[in-house]
Amino acid sequence: MASNNNSSDRQRIAQQRLSRIAAHLHKHEHGNSGIIAKECKIDATGSTEENKGTVRRKRYRLSGMTLPRLQDWFENTFGASVKHKSPATPVLNASVVPPPRLNEAFVENLKATGIPFSNEAEDRVFRAHGHCLHEIFALREGKKFERIPDMVVWPNCHNDVVKIVELACKHNVCLIPYGGGTSALECPPEETRCIVSLDTSQMNRILWLDEQNLVAHIEAGIIGQGLERLLNESGYCTGHEPDSMEFTSLGGWVATRASGMKKNVYGNIEDLVIHIKAVTPRGVIEKSCQGPRMSTGPDIHHFILGSEGTLGVVTEVTMKIRPIPEYQKYGSVVFPNFEAGVACLREVAKQRCTPAPIRLMVPEVYTGSHPAHGPRGVHRLPSGSWSQRCTPAPIRLMDNKQFHFETNQAVRWLRTTDVAMSSPPIGKLLMYCPCCSRPTGYLSSHALKPQVSSIFTHFVEGLKKFYITKLKGFDPHQLVVATLLFEGDRERVLQHEKQVYDIAATFGGLAAGEDNGQRGYILTFVIAYLRDLGMDYCVVAESFETSVPWDRVLDLCQNVKERIIRECKERGVHQFQPLTSCRVTQTYDSGACIYFYFAFNYRGLADPVHTYEQVEHAAREEILANGGSLSHHHGVGKLRKEWMKDSISNVGVGMLKSVKDYVDPENIFGNRNLL
Amino acid sequence: MTTCEDPSGFKQEDEFMDILEERRRSSDLGHALRTFTPSPYKGAPPLSAGALNRMVLESQYLRYVTKEVAMETGESVDLVREEASGILDEMSQNLQLGFIRLLGFTLSKVFKRLFSHININQEGLNRLQQAIQEFPVILMPNHRSYVDFLVLSYILFTYDLPIPVIAAGIPLMDMKMVGEILRRSGAFFIRRAIGSDKLYWAVLSEYVRTIVRTGYAPVEFYVEGLRSRTLKSLTPKLGMMHMVLEPFFKGEVYDITLVPISISYDRVLEESLLAHELLGVPKPRETTMGLLKARRVLEEDYGSMHVYFGMPLSVRQLTKGRVDRCEYNLLPRDLPQRPSVETQECVSWLAQQVIRVQEQSSILSPWSLMACLVLQDHQNTDPGEEQEKGLSWELLTQRTLWLKGLAISFGARLDWPEQLPENQVMASSIALHRYVIRCHQGRVTLLEEERPVGAAPFTTEEGVVRRARAVLMVAAYRNQALHVFIRPAMLALAIHTTHSSQREDIYSYFRFLLDLFSNDFIFITGRSSQDFEEACSLLRKCGAVQTSQQEVTSPEEGQRTTSFLRALLQPFIDAYQVVFRHLCLEDVEVFTERQMVPAVRSLATKLLLSGELTSCDALSSDTQKNVLSALLRLGAVTRLRTAEHSEFRANKPAISRLADTLAGRLPVQTAPNPRL
Repeated sequence: MASNNNSSDRQRIAQQRLSRIAAHLHKHEHGNSGIIAKECKIDATGSTEENKGTVRRKRYRLSGMTLPRLQDWFENTFGASVKHKSPATPVLNASVVPPPRLNEAFVENLKATGIPFSNEAEDRVFRAHGHCLHEIFALREGKKFERIPDMVVWPNCHNDVVKIVELACKHNVCLIPYGGGTSALECPPEETRCIVSLDTSQMNRILWLDEQNLVAHIEAGIIGQGLERLLNESGYCTGHEPDSMEFTSLGGWVATRASGMKKNVYGNIEDLVIHIKAVTPRGVIEKSCQGPRMSTGPDIHHFILGSEGTLGVVTEVTMKIRPIPEYQKYGSVVFPNFEAGVACLREVAKQRCTPAPIRLMVPEVYTGSHPAHGPRGVHRLPSGSWSQRCTPAPIRLMDNKQFHFETNQAVRWLRTTDVAMSSPPIGKLLMYCPCCSRPTGYLSSHALKPQVSSIFTHFVEGLKKFYITKLKGFDPHQLVVATLLFEGDRERVLQHEKQVYDIAATFGGLAAGEDNGQRGYILTFVIAYLRDLGMDYCVVAESFETSVPWDRVLDLCQNVKERIIRECKERGVHQFQPLTSCRVTQTYDSGACIYFYFAFNYRGLADPVHTYEQVEHAAREEILANGGSLSHHHGVGKLRKEWMKDSISNVGVGMLKSVKDYVDPENIFGNRNLL
Repeated sequence: MTTCEDPSGFKQEDEFMDILEERRRSSDLGHALRTFTPSPYKGAPPLSAGALNRMVLESQYLRYVTKEVAMETGESVDLVREEASGILDEMSQNLQLGFIRLLGFTLSKVFKRLFSHININQEGLNRLQQAIQEFPVILMPNHRSYVDFLVLSYILFTYDLPIPVIAAGIPLMDMKMVGEILRRSGAFFIRRAIGSDKLYWAVLSEYVRTIVRTGYAPVEFYVEGLRSRTLKSLTPKLGMMHMVLEPFFKGEVYDITLVPISISYDRVLEESLLAHELLGVPKPRETTMGLLKARRVLEEDYGSMHVYFGMPLSVRQLTKGRVDRCEYNLLPRDLPQRPSVETQECVSWLAQQVIRVQEQSSILSPWSLMACLVLQDHQNTDPGEEQEKGLSWELLTQRTLWLKGLAISFGARLDWPEQLPENQVMASSIALHRYVIRCHQGRVTLLEEERPVGAAPFTTEEGVVRRARAVLMVAAYRNQALHVFIRPAMLALAIHTTHSSQREDIYSYFRFLLDLFSNDFIFITGRSSQDFEEACSLLRKCGAVQTSQQEVTSPEEGQRTTSFLRALLQPFIDAYQVVFRHLCLEDVEVFTERQMVPAVRSLATKLLLSGELTSCDALSSDTQKNVLSALLRLGAVTRLRTAEHSEFRANKPAISRLADTLAGRLPVQTAPNPRL
């Protein structure tokens, strides 16, 4: 885990990163067998693994697999065609990169500290963008960058950050924190000072692990997946699993008020953090103790949470951890329509049944090893010892469009990749898509199941489909699916599962098996890749989210989808109707988080990204008019700044401004997000 | 067929189709029994009337109000619920296809007898069909006759479109059988004076909202609230409008489509009743016997009827930027919420907009034009000279043709059969209205009601009422054409009264007129400068004014047009002045509407007899009430709340100031108007 300060090594790492993003830029191969999904994003776990020399694990089961039906799906849904590809610009053209504006005094002082830095074009470009549609699109098109960071620094620890921030204040240099590199990164074009990207990727260690209090002290630059793996090795997890966890960093989560899909059990980031250490131009801000709750005026953590890099850099975080759940079970429920699904989710959220009586825990013998020294000292807690609700860890409801996608595509690639099923079994096992009666492939299950049981299971699942559409009379163009994941001890999970299925049954839901649940779960991660793949086929796509009270969920979904379709039509997206789809991804006592996916074929449009932005803008207005929030967890950034006043009132904006004015009067953290 | 050129912008040739033609050729029974499979609003699941009522009763909103009412009155919640259920039973429609068929059959028979043609624009129906499938649709016809009531259902049935549910006044329900027939044809009944009955409001609004929200059926209601006795548009009533729009404001539906519908009659069935009511002869109660007695009506010829289905208006588009739908975010959607001032203004604006569209697309008959001219002539002749009475046929023909040209250049939609000689067109109009007008020995005269045989000879006062009756009947048809001329007429009057050529002066007087008369003529609030520009451009087009940056002048050549236009407004100005005069009398202090109407009427009679007043509009109770509303609005009369009837107190200095300003004796006060 040691990191070195050798700057040539730094450059090698940077080079590696760039080659990965270049792979992202290269056009993808396609053949008769379909499109190959590449690992097309930057490496999430970064140098940690490489330094350890471990064999890199495949990120998801998807990696390197072929998606045989994906091409068809693209063609049928968007009218995309292999003939109309829009290849990306393969190499970075130096001419589109503006020369760095360096602050010589700052550079001199920085050199003296020995903190590595770079002003190479590639390093700078790499940190000039996030993963938003317009950013990726501009990259692909090889457009000229208006303003990018002038240099990149790689602090290695909290003290490095303190030094950098001090120097930045001294020399009036603009700092933009860089964590996972997914959002909040664009440089304000009007910024004339030297812009320094502060890359926290080297601050990726777990500093200590406290098994008594079940907390871990972690450097903020660690990437989600890396963190999870390291904790898993000790038998723990954070339970914080945002869809983007392969890219995003802990500091980023804090700075944007992130939310994970298992928040029902573990909580959102604000529930998970116990202590935050951040460096601001005024100095370091942190609390003096780790009390689980304090009444010391407004919680200062909440100035940092969601500050989007405008106040300072989060360097270290103390976070709750949990023992890895003993037993996990996926599940899924099919509902006749979206309304019934939402009603069921609402009921599940309502009946947050009291947890099983909290067992008084007799501590096991403490083995004596210091938590920071490794996993030896782990003692496993009986799971269920913390308050557990009846709500499954994640419960998500996909609408009919996503259901189709799944039955047509996602199902299939999972199947085809199933080694056990590589030789086609007899025709009887052919499964038909309930919507178009085309055979959707062979029934199979995921690779961990023994073959015999899988054939049997799939036969049963096929019968289930028949039962749902033919005997139960579900309209295939209406039915939707909810995916579930239960965690805990086996007995409790089963009991819990039964409870949820019983509620579902009262809303006309039918249990649809574990496979569907798992597929849906994985699909979540796949979607980001599909967007980038789609760009090769003249399809732009993006997702956005909101949170809304329960009584408005249905109307909001309906109105926003309708608005998108109409706005697209007005803007000349004619050939194929845009794909609009939504899902309920989080449930709360009083409302839900809703995710929208929206994609269209941009052939014939002069400026597809602009069109996309106009439509998203209209959709956001619609969301607000329907009682939805500006954002559930994506944050505000620059894209949604204009609505801040309406969202939090003038006084609210004034409060935030005055905090900014006190903490950072010179606007050193000048990414101009949020306000 | 009418070629129209709208100032509002849409120019199109509208093919009118006669739906009676088909009925005269094929079996009415076949028509009534044909397969009827309309395609409804897309998201709408079929819902029975009973299920709809249950939804309303079980709604969160009604539960809330029930509890509240129970708290206030001290009754038990169950009792209040029962009461609500009773209200709903009284109110709710029970649309049944069988009755629609029965009605279709009967109406085919009746309509064929009454009307020579029922013309509809098929293009409009096609647009309607599209609209119905996309969003909840609100049909908004004007209301001139009881015939309006079912004619739309009849047309929609004929064209295989969903039958609307119709808001009707409760007196109709009390008619034996008829009430039930209407109910089963989709009518729901609303009490006239709801006042502050909280529970009733709640049931009604939830009922209407549920129908809109679920897309149960298109909703039909009269935005004017009442049948217009003057055949002029009435000030829109906003209660119902708020109810139908709320589902959009609250985001329960993506959009709502308003379809303005203009129904125009060559001759209105109730024409003689109208004048009676305006002159204070009480309206007969709506009873089934009365209806049967009115069978006599069926023997008559009522010419043609035009139904124009206007361009569907998207509420979403129209309210964009006018309504902040976020205002509904902070209260549970099922709880009652008073709309904000902006929303109320916007709804009122929308209603005015709909009325404007109704007016623009209504069809004028040649008779309406003739009525304007006949009345102007009548005003100018002294009632004393019996022999010289009447307008010569030649002069009327010549003037009517001139007016036809003017009307067309002002954008009127005229039903003038071009293939017939002009003389014949006019003669047949006179023939259609032979009960009020006669052409005898080359002179056209108004007919007065015959004295019943054996009755005592009329007193002079009765004579005035008798003459007024004929005048007001004709005036109703004149009123049908007023919307075409009203803005230019106000401009002409402004130029004349101010004796100024300064645009500024003229515009301020014009605005004063718009404001003062906005109960009699429907203008869109906040559009006065556009109205002014529109008036200028219309009059410029026919050479009656010349305009420059600073000046608006009326050249000699335009005198014919401008004096005609001024004369068109004169009866209203006279009527307003009479009311002002009455209110400024010393003995008038605190009064009720019931006291005011007969008092003004007797003052007007006196003035008419003395020859000081020449137009009879001052006798019309409708006009008098409009003056009162205008004065209230302008703050020249204040309402004193008392238990039974509202009492009013007149602010005499303010009223006489208004009177002087109207007469041009005082400049328009530029002091900020409380309303603007």
